[in-house]
Amino acid sequence: MSALVFAALYMIGDPVLMLASPEAGDAERELIRQSFGLDLPLWRQYLIFLNKVFVHLDFGKSFLTGEPAIGLILDRMPATLELATAAMLFAVLIGVPLGIYAGLKPESFGARSVMTGSVLGFSLPNFWVGLMLIMVFAVFLHWMPAGGRGPVQAFGPIQLSIFSWAGWRSLILPVATIAVAKCALIVRVTRAATRECLPQDYIKFARARGLSEARVLGVHLLKNILIPIVTVAGLEYGQVFAFAVVTESVFSWPGMGKLLIDSIITLDRPVVVAYLILTVVFLSLLNLVVDVIYTILDPRVQSKARA
Amino acid sequence: MTAAENILESGGQPAMRESMLRLFAEQFLASKLAVLGMILLALCLCLAIFAPWIAPQNPFDIGTLNIMDSKLPPGSVSGDGAMMHWLGTDGQARDVFSAILYGLRISLIVGLVSVSAAFAIGATAGLISAYFGGRTEALLMRIVDIQLSFPAILVALVLLSVLGKGVDKVIYALVAVQWAYFARAARGAAIVERNKEYVQAARCMSLSWQRILWRHIFPNCIPPLMVIATIDLAHAIALEATLSFLGVGVPVTEPSLGMLISNGFEYMMSGTYWIAFFPGIALALVVVAINLVGDHLRDILNPRNEI
Repeated sequence: MSALVFAALYMIGDPVLMLASPEAGDAERELIRQSFGLDLPLWRQYLIFLNKVFVHLDFGKSFLTGEPAIGLILDRMPATLELATAAMLFAVLIGVPLGIYAGLKPESFGARSVMTGSVLGFSLPNFWVGLMLIMVFAVFLHWMPAGGRGPVQAFGPIQLSIFSWAGWRSLILPVATIAVAKCALIVRVTRAATRECLPQDYIKFARARGLSEARVLGVHLLKNILIPIVTVAGLEYGQVFAFAVVTESVFSWPGMGKLLIDSIITLDRPVVVAYLILTVVFLSLLNLVVDVIYTILDPRVQSKARA
Repeated sequence: MTAAENILESGGQPAMRESMLRLFAEQFLASKLAVLGMILLALCLCLAIFAPWIAPQNPFDIGTLNIMDSKLPPGSVSGDGAMMHWLGTDGQARDVFSAILYGLRISLIVGLVSVSAAFAIGATAGLISAYFGGRTEALLMRIVDIQLSFPAILVALVLLSVLGKGVDKVIYALVAVQWAYFARAARGAAIVERNKEYVQAARCMSLSWQRILWRHIFPNCIPPLMVIATIDLAHAIALEATLSFLGVGVPVTEPSLGMLISNGFEYMMSGTYWIAFFPGIALALVVVAINLVGDHLRDILNPRNEI
């Protein structure tokens, strides 16, 4: 995988042309090439890179700023994390109740509207939703800023903007942009799971025991439909990191995604490679976490694995 | 062709096939939303195909543009009084309505071509891996798994940064990210069909594997693939728009809907909303129309009724 990315990026172009000032002569260009190790053959560059990554956890330095690539990305990470987490939280909090409702009364007008709305939600391109939100809330109504990140406050080493009203104001539009699409997906998963669960005996039994509807739905149903919801929400959380590329560009949100686009445009190879590898690691970790949560939610999975 | 073979390949009596088709049409027409989507889609196709005859102006013909007419609001008359700009004009005095028609053309071509190519490649890979199994299957499906574990937008972004700009390059990138969905679906469907009696019968007649694969198994795998193709068409159009919006998609000389929106984005902040707004509406209409059709197709053709 890393070899693929490395080779692909090697073909993009010659970063020396971007780095050297236009007046620089051939001798100076050659000097730059040597100081970055770009004069070596591709496979040597790749081996050096592998050695650095796995032995020293060093992804190289950004060609543009000279700072370590990994540091640049980690600097931007809290902004993206904040965005993705807030968006996923909203999507689940809104999507699950709507999905249960749509699953309980599949033929009602409300449920049909919810389902049609969800088709809209996940079929509309992400940047389109962001654009429309900017147009309505920032350009016409002037309620929210059109882009950028509001004031941030340090929370330990991490800078977050959720502690102030102004921070929330600039957070809410990008969060809504991502949440719309994810919410639509969660509504559909929840609805499908609810419809599958409802005819089961334990629901009928809980009803027969005379339990309140709230308890039947909130405890007996919810516990069982949580498994598919957690899977989808977990995997989508990883996807949000990638989707953030688009949303961050629309709102000029200073996160990892914006950094990736900027680095692709300026041919800043080490940053792109480091970003992709971090994303792969992150997605694998997320899969692991989802699997662990599985066993906590559903004891059957554990016993099956032991048997 | 022997008589037995004839029956095998016709899929039963002709009368029965006809009624299946009628049943399908009846089911499809039962959903008003899907019919609405179909009508909208047909309308968009007509507009795109007949763009040069419908459009009041050729937006690529610089000679007909009058710079005094730039940024006119919707519904204003051009400077020489010859033409009504129903949807206004953009920064270069192009009629927005005409630009949308031509943009629709490019968006639809990119979508249709990339989905057809992805369908062909994916279905071949899926059928072959299902039919032969073993190492071929393991290898092909591992590639599919790796590919699907990456968010489509990321793969497309990195690919395009290697390939450069251009309509053909966007199509390559879209095929590269989409074939895997078809491969997975084709394999899933073909594995079910592989062990059915009609395939065994065809094998007994010692037909060549190509013939069994394409004339016997493939026709029975078409329904799930059609569902994927419809939904992927919407996905491809949205993805192309996103890539063009981010500035890595189609070149400026061939503006698709995404490119038009991207052009209008700069003007939006100053309240000149129509340059980005109307192409955005057109994009949303196309994507939603295709999704409404696809959503209903899935309900009809997939008895399992997944999310």
